[in-house]
Amino acid sequence: MPKTVHGLAAALPLANVDTDVIMPKRFLITITREGLADGTFADLRFHDDETPRADFVLNTHPWHEARILVVGDNFGCGSSREHAVWGLVQLGIRGIIGTSFAGIFYDNARKNGLALPIVSPEVRDQLMLAASHEDGANYTIDVENRVIKHGEAELPFEMDDATQTAHLEGRDDTLNSLEFADAIRKFESRLGERQRVRVIQ
Amino acid sequence: MSRTLYDKLVDAHKVCDLPDGDMLIYVDFHIMNEYTSPQAFSGLDQKGLSVWRPEAHLSVVDHVNATRQRDPHDAASKLLIDNLEANCKKHNIAFYGLGDRRQGIEHVVVPEQGLVAPGMLIACGDSHTTTYGAFGALGFGIGTSEVEHVLATQTLRYKRLKTMLVNIDGDLAPGATAKDIIMKVVQVVGAGGANGYAVEFSGSAIRSQEMSGRMTICNMAVELGGRAALIGADEKALEKIKARAHSGTLDFGGLEWNSDPGAEYDTVFEINAADIAPIVSWGTSPDQSVPVDGSVPAETEGMTPKAREALNRALGYMGLKAGQAMTDIEIDSAFIGSCTNSRIEDLRAAASILKGKKVAGSVNAIVVPGSTYTRLQAESEGIDRVFKEAGFDWRPESGCSMCLAMNDDIAMDGERIASSTNRNFEGRQGRGARTHLMSPEMVAAAAIHGRIADVREFLSEGAE
Repeated sequence: MPKTVHGLAAALPLANVDTDVIMPKRFLITITREGLADGTFADLRFHDDETPRADFVLNTHPWHEARILVVGDNFGCGSSREHAVWGLVQLGIRGIIGTSFAGIFYDNARKNGLALPIVSPEVRDQLMLAASHEDGANYTIDVENRVIKHGEAELPFEMDDATQTAHLEGRDDTLNSLEFADAIRKFESRLGERQRVRVIQ
Repeated sequence: MSRTLYDKLVDAHKVCDLPDGDMLIYVDFHIMNEYTSPQAFSGLDQKGLSVWRPEAHLSVVDHVNATRQRDPHDAASKLLIDNLEANCKKHNIAFYGLGDRRQGIEHVVVPEQGLVAPGMLIACGDSHTTTYGAFGALGFGIGTSEVEHVLATQTLRYKRLKTMLVNIDGDLAPGATAKDIIMKVVQVVGAGGANGYAVEFSGSAIRSQEMSGRMTICNMAVELGGRAALIGADEKALEKIKARAHSGTLDFGGLEWNSDPGAEYDTVFEINAADIAPIVSWGTSPDQSVPVDGSVPAETEGMTPKAREALNRALGYMGLKAGQAMTDIEIDSAFIGSCTNSRIEDLRAAASILKGKKVAGSVNAIVVPGSTYTRLQAESEGIDRVFKEAGFDWRPESGCSMCLAMNDDIAMDGERIASSTNRNFEGRQGRGARTHLMSPEMVAAAAIHGRIADVREFLSEGAE
C-alpha cells in the first residue's frame, strides 16, 4: 500500500450508498475475489442491456479515470459483503473521501488497502464541489500525515492509528496477529470448561 | 467504577493490546454462511494456515439456497453450497446444510440451538449478527478477511466503539410491535446515526418484549449503523436458551451481564413507547418511514437541496407521489421471512391476522419460515394451513430468500413488495424492485387488502 493516493476525484453525492448498490447480489455468487470490477455500481453504471448509462459520473469524461471518490454521508452501509470493496479496488478506486462510513465497510476497506479519509461536512462539500468542475480535480491523500492535498490546500482528515498503520505497513493482519499466538493461548487457558464452545457436528 | 454492558463484554474478551492501538479480542463462537466465507478459506490455504479451534465454528447454508425445493436452483448456487460443505469437511467444522433439520437462517438457527448465552462474543460474516445482543451477548458482523482472521486465530483485531443508549419507556400503542420500535429508532437516530457506536436498548418497553421481539430490535440496530446492539440479560433471556441442544454445554455467567447503575454513555436517546405507531417505510433507506396512517412526505421549505434531492430520488425509484396516503399504495407481493421477522412468534402473529381471510387476488404472497425447526413447529401448530388457506405460498425450505434475492426469489423491475425484512435499498429484492418494510402482521394485512393497510383495523375486528 502506497503512503499516498494521488489521482482524479469523482463526486458521488448520494447519501447512504449501500453495499447492495455498490455490488449487486448477482455478482456475489462466486468463490473467488476476482472479476468484480464489472459488478461495481452495476445498476448505476449500466442499463439492463449492459450499455453504459450516460448519467453516471464514472461513465463520463474525465471521471472514467477516477481513482478517488468523494461521497455522501454513511457510505457503505448495509450488508457485510467485502465484495463491495474488492470491486471498488478492481475498478481502480484507491481512496474514498467521506464524512462517515459504515463500520464493517470501513474495516473491509482497511484489509484491502482502500483508504477512507474521514473529513468534516464542510471539507467534504468543498472537495465535492471542486471535483464536480468540468476539468476535474486531482487530490492527494497523504496517509502518513493525514491530510488531503488539493493545489496549495492541505485539508486534515481522521483515520484511527491502527488503520493508518495497516495502510502504511501494508501488512497481512492474519499473519501479524499470529505473532501473538502465546497471548491467545494464555487467554484460552483461563477459560472455564463451559466457556469453550464446541458445536455439535 | 460503573461500566456499561458493552465495556464489560469487551474487557472480558480482550486478549492483549496491540502496538498499533487496536486490541485482540477473543471470539467465543463464529458462524459462517456460503457466500461470505469461500475467499476466507482460500486465504487460509494460500497462507498455509490451519483453523485455530475448529469446534468453535458453525457453518449454515442460508443465503443462496432455493426455498421452493431442496435442490439448488442453479449451478452457481450449488457451487457455493458444495464449496462450504467441502471446506467444513476439510477443516472439521460443523456444517448444517440442506436437508439437515438444524438448517435455516443463521441468526434464527443459533438461538434455536442454544449457541448464544449472556456474556458471549459472537462474530459472523453477516451484518445482522447484532441479533445476539438480545441475550446480553456481543455479536457483530465482519467481512471476509476478518472471517479468515477468526478462523486462523480465534480472535479479531478490534477498536472499542463509542456507546449509545436508546431508552424506551412506556406502553406501546395497540398494533405496534418490536419491528415498529426499531423502525422508530432508525427514524429518530438516522440511517448512519450510530456509525461507530455500540447501541444498548433499555426501558420498560424493551423489558416487556419477549426474546423474539428483542432479537428483531437488535437485528436491525445495524440499520442505524450500530456495529453492536445490546440488551441486558434477564430471566427471559436465560429461559429462552434452556433445554436447547447446546445449552447445557455453555455457561458464561448470567444476570451480571448488565450495565452497572450510573454507567455513562457517549450518547443517549429517549423515546416514549406510546408515540410508536405501526410504521411503514416509503423510501429506499430504512430511516425513510412514516406511521401507516401517514402519507408519503413532500418537500418542505426548510429542506436543504441535498435533502430535497434525496427525497425526490427515493420517490422516483419507489414510484410514489408526495402527499399520497400510505394506505392507498397498492402492492404486487407480500413477503414474510428474513432474520428480522421469520421466527415462530412472527409466523403466529401474522397467522392471527390471516385466519379466515384471503390474500387479494392480485398479490403474490410468500412466507419462508426462518429455519427448518421453525417450519416444523409451525406445521405442528397448524400455522401452515392458515397461511395456505389464505393464499400464501408456504415454502418447504428455509433461508434468506427474497430478503436479499440471492436465490431464485427475485422481484421484477417495478414490483412493489410489502416485506417483513430489514432493508429497502434500491435493488435489494431485485433490480428496480420496490420494498416497503413493516411488521409481519402488517405484511399480512397488506396481503389481504392488496395495498398497504393499517393492522389496527384487524385488531378492532377481533375485539368486536
